[in-house]
Amino acid sequence: MNATLTAPRPTRAAGTGNPVLHSTRADLLRLRKWPAVWVTVGAWLAMNAMFAYLFNYVTYTSGSNNFSNEGQSRAGLLASMLPSALADTLPQGMPLFGGAIMMVLGAIIAGNGYGWGTWKTVLTQGPSRTSTLLGSLAATTLLVAGVVLATLVTDYAMALAVAVTESQSTALPATGDLAQSLGVALLVMEMWALAGYLLGTVARSAAVSVGLGLVWALVVEQLLRGVGSSLAWVDSFTHVLPGTAAGSLVGQMVGVDPGSPNATPGLLDALSSGRALATVAAYLVLLPLTTWWLVRRRDVV
Amino acid sequence: MDELVAQTRDLTKSYGSGDRARLAVDRVTMTVRRGEVYGFLGPNGAGKTTTLRMVLGLIRPTAGSATVLGRPAGEPATTARVGALIEGPGFYPYLSGRDNLRTMARYRNLPDTVVDEALERVDLAGRGRDRFKSYSLGMKQRLGVAAALMGDPDVIVLDEPTNGLDPAGMADMRSLIVDLARHGQTVLLSSHLLAEVEEICDRVGVIAGGRLLVESTVADLRGGRRLRLVATPVDRALAIAMRLAGEDAVQLAQDAVLVDVPSARMPEVVRALVTEGLDVHEASVSERTLEEVFFEMTDTGLHPHAGSPMSTLETIR
Repeated sequence: MNATLTAPRPTRAAGTGNPVLHSTRADLLRLRKWPAVWVTVGAWLAMNAMFAYLFNYVTYTSGSNNFSNEGQSRAGLLASMLPSALADTLPQGMPLFGGAIMMVLGAIIAGNGYGWGTWKTVLTQGPSRTSTLLGSLAATTLLVAGVVLATLVTDYAMALAVAVTESQSTALPATGDLAQSLGVALLVMEMWALAGYLLGTVARSAAVSVGLGLVWALVVEQLLRGVGSSLAWVDSFTHVLPGTAAGSLVGQMVGVDPGSPNATPGLLDALSSGRALATVAAYLVLLPLTTWWLVRRRDVV
Repeated sequence: MDELVAQTRDLTKSYGSGDRARLAVDRVTMTVRRGEVYGFLGPNGAGKTTTLRMVLGLIRPTAGSATVLGRPAGEPATTARVGALIEGPGFYPYLSGRDNLRTMARYRNLPDTVVDEALERVDLAGRGRDRFKSYSLGMKQRLGVAAALMGDPDVIVLDEPTNGLDPAGMADMRSLIVDLARHGQTVLLSSHLLAEVEEICDRVGVIAGGRLLVESTVADLRGGRRLRLVATPVDRALAIAMRLAGEDAVQLAQDAVLVDVPSARMPEVVRALVTEGLDVHEASVSERTLEEVFFEMTDTGLHPHAGSPMSTLETIR
C-alpha cells in the first residue's frame, strides 16, 4: 500500500520494553496518589483495629459484655488479643467486612475510569487492552497485598500493646500458621477486589457497581443463606457464592460455630476447607477472565 | 510527501440492528498523507469523532477498515506512534496535571523529562502541580494536547482541539499545530470551525450525516477567485459577461454579477462593459470562503432529495 513503515524516528523510546510492566507502574502511580484509596484502606484498618482489639480490650478491662464478645470468658477474650492469636485474628473480619471494602476498591479502580474518560486516554497510549488490564490487575493485587500486610502490622501492634500492658507473653504464633493465615487472607481479599473490578467494568461506573456489590455481599448473600436453611436448592446455590466460599475458608481455619452468638459475622462452616479453597480459586480465575473478555470486545466511548 | 499515514476504506459504524439501526459513519474513505495537517470538517454529530475513534482502534468498525502507519488501526505498535486527544480530555481529577502526564508517560515508557517539555509546550508549566479538577476548560484541553504530544509521535490526532479555548488560546493552539507539521509530524484534526480549518489545514475532508462528501485541498475546494461586478443595466451586463466567459461561468447574486474568469481576463470583461456603454458601479475580486462551500455541501448532504453529494461538488467547482 505504501512505505509508511520506513523511517521511524530513532530517538523514540515508546513501544519498547514490557507493556504489562509499564501499565502496572502507571496504574500504581495513580493509585498511590489517589486520596479515595487511602481513605478506603484507612477505614478498613481502623474498623479492623476497633472490632478485633479496641472494643474487646475495653470490655476486658471494664469487665462488661458488648455485642462483639458476648458469651466469651474474660480469659478467652484476653487470649484472643495476644500476639499468639494473630493467625486466627488476622483473617476474621475479611470474608465480610474486609471483602466488602476490597470490592469497593476494585470497583472504583475499574469503574471511575469510564466516567472520567481515563480508560480512553490510557488505551491510546500504546499498550494493548490485554496488557493494560493485566497491568491494572497487577497493581490492584499489589494494593490488596499491601492492605493485608498493613492489617497484619496493625494487628501485631495492637496485640503487642495488649500483651505489654497486661504483662502477657509476646510470643508469635508458629510461622507456618501465620503464613497459612496470611495466604488465606490474601486469597479472600483478592477475590473480593477482583469481583469489584469486574462489577466496575460491567457497569462502567463506580457508583452503580459499589452499590450493587455491597448490597450483594452484605445483604443478598446473607438472606439467601437464611432461605437456604429451609430450601435445599437455595442452600446448594449458596454453596457456590463467593461469600460462602470466603467465609468457609476462614471459618474452617479458625474453627467457628456460626450458630453461636459470639461468632464473627461472615464466618461459616458450610463448605469443607478443600471445597472452599477450590471455589475461591475458581473465582480468582473466572473473575479476571470475564473482565478480560469484556474489556477486549467492547467499544471504548 | 505522498506517503499515506492513515487511510480508511469504506469505514462504517452502525448502532442498533434491524429497522432501528442508525448509521453513524457511512462508508468513509479518506487518506492522510505524511507531514500534512488534515482537517476533518463537519457539523456536530456528523460522525467525526466516531471515525477518529475507529482510526485509533477504540471502537470496532461495523464494516470497512482503517490503516494507520501501514498497519491495522489499534495495534499496539501503531498506537505507540500516535498521539491522540479524543472528545475532551480524559484525566484523573484528583491528580495534578503533571502527575496525569507522568501516568500516561509510564504507559508509553517515557521519562518524566518528556512530561515537563510537554507542559512547557502548551504553557501549563506554571500550573502543572495543581489538580486537574481545578483547571479551567481551556487548561484541561491544553493538557489533553500535551498528552498527545509526548514522545514525538508520528501522527497526532486532535479532536476539536480548540474547544473551550479563548481567542488567544485558539491562536496559540493553531500556531502550535502549524509548528508540529513544520517539524514533520502529521496532524489529523477535526473541527466544526471553518476558519480554523481554512487557516491551518493543507487538505480537508468534509463529513456530514456520516458520509464523507469531499476530500481535497483547501484551495481546490474554495475554487478560484471570481470577478464581482455591479453594473446597470443588469441584464445587459449579464449577457456581456456570458458572451465573454461562457454561460456556466456567470451567476447573478442579488444585484451583482459574479464571473468565473482567470485573473488575467478580468480587465477584459470590465473594459467590454464600459465599451458597450454600461455604468460600472463596482468591480472587485471575491474569493469564496470555505464557509460558503461548506454550507452548500452540507445542506445537500443532509437532504437526500437534493441530488448526490458528488454532483454538488461538480457545481461548486
